[in-house]
Amino acid sequence: MKLRKMITQVEEVRTEMGQAVSPPSRRAVAAAVIANPFAGRYAQDLSELIETGATLGQLLGEQALAALGCAAHDVQGYGKAAMVGEAGELEHAAALLHPKLGAPLRAVLGGGKALVPSSKAMGAPGDVLDVPLGHKDAAYVRSHFDGMRLRVPDAPRATEIVVAVALQITGRPNPRVGGLAHSEITGADGLR
Amino acid sequence: MPEPQNRKTAILTETIWHEGGPVADTPLRRAACMAVIANPFAGQYVEDIAGFMDDLKPLGAQMAQDLIDALGGDPDTIEGYGKGAIVGTNGELEHGALWHVPGGYAMREKIANSMAIVPSTKKVGAPGARLDVPITHANASYVRSHFDAMEVGLPDAPKADEILLVLVMTTGPRVHARVGGLAAKDVKGEDGLR
Repeated sequence: MKLRKMITQVEEVRTEMGQAVSPPSRRAVAAAVIANPFAGRYAQDLSELIETGATLGQLLGEQALAALGCAAHDVQGYGKAAMVGEAGELEHAAALLHPKLGAPLRAVLGGGKALVPSSKAMGAPGDVLDVPLGHKDAAYVRSHFDGMRLRVPDAPRATEIVVAVALQITGRPNPRVGGLAHSEITGADGLR
Repeated sequence: MPEPQNRKTAILTETIWHEGGPVADTPLRRAACMAVIANPFAGQYVEDIAGFMDDLKPLGAQMAQDLIDALGGDPDTIEGYGKGAIVGTNGELEHGALWHVPGGYAMREKIANSMAIVPSTKKVGAPGARLDVPITHANASYVRSHFDAMEVGLPDAPKADEILLVLVMTTGPRVHARVGGLAAKDVKGEDGLR
């Protein structure tokens, strides 16, 4: 993996529409800008990127957790995303995100039953990447359906890929559309 | 004047190892701290606004400390800085100018060698507006290797009645700086310029 830069962004919302958010809603994203080893050519075997995904699952998980500034067991939600520069293919994002990124990310957090929600896109420097967020142990928790918008002004260049992991301590600010609540989950099947 | 009503804060960090050239032994680190506050003057013309600068001082001090912490906690490692503001559309550019004094001195009070003026920019903008915050060497404005900028913005701010305040700090020169000029090691540190 050739790493050019890393970015973290942590956000804390304390009030929304004049209503206090208690506790404040905190979420963080960590992203890496890496060289795409398959830029400009078709490769059938994407295992190099699959292995890089495992490396980044741990690295980005650790960086996002540090930015969030809490204990691993206080993290309630996660998500992941990648944006591939124009000399690559969408499948390169899939190689990074899907086969091996999740396990080391869950190891950083001490677990995670739910599928890690994801998004991927082709893009140019400065494009917005929406990183989805969902509850890490029960995907149906409605208050934790969320997302963070990541924008790296100088990436991805044509031969680069931006890979991101987002974490949340709580759900959206002042959630009130019902559904399964964090306090009600059983956390056995990753769904409820 | 009431104390600033802070809706949201965000801290952005970057660690840069290279930009296509040699990989740096010590990567450049840059960080921006943003605070989204209510604009107490939104929607009206107020002649006397200067008192709000004092009200912003504690927030500036907190943001400066948050930045130092985000970059490792040692103020002696900070070599560059800058500041900026985006005023929501029910405000005026002059409201952004209120940030010059409390934002700038908040950083200079925490950084020992900070003779240089803090470069700044400001604009009126909608949620999602981007601001290129200029950065220069903290002790000597002419240090060419430290001329830099950091693009910041938040998707949901500033709303019309808000102001997005920004401070930025860096730990060194551009990662591949090589266009000459005054070098950081040659700074006299007397006038803030050289």
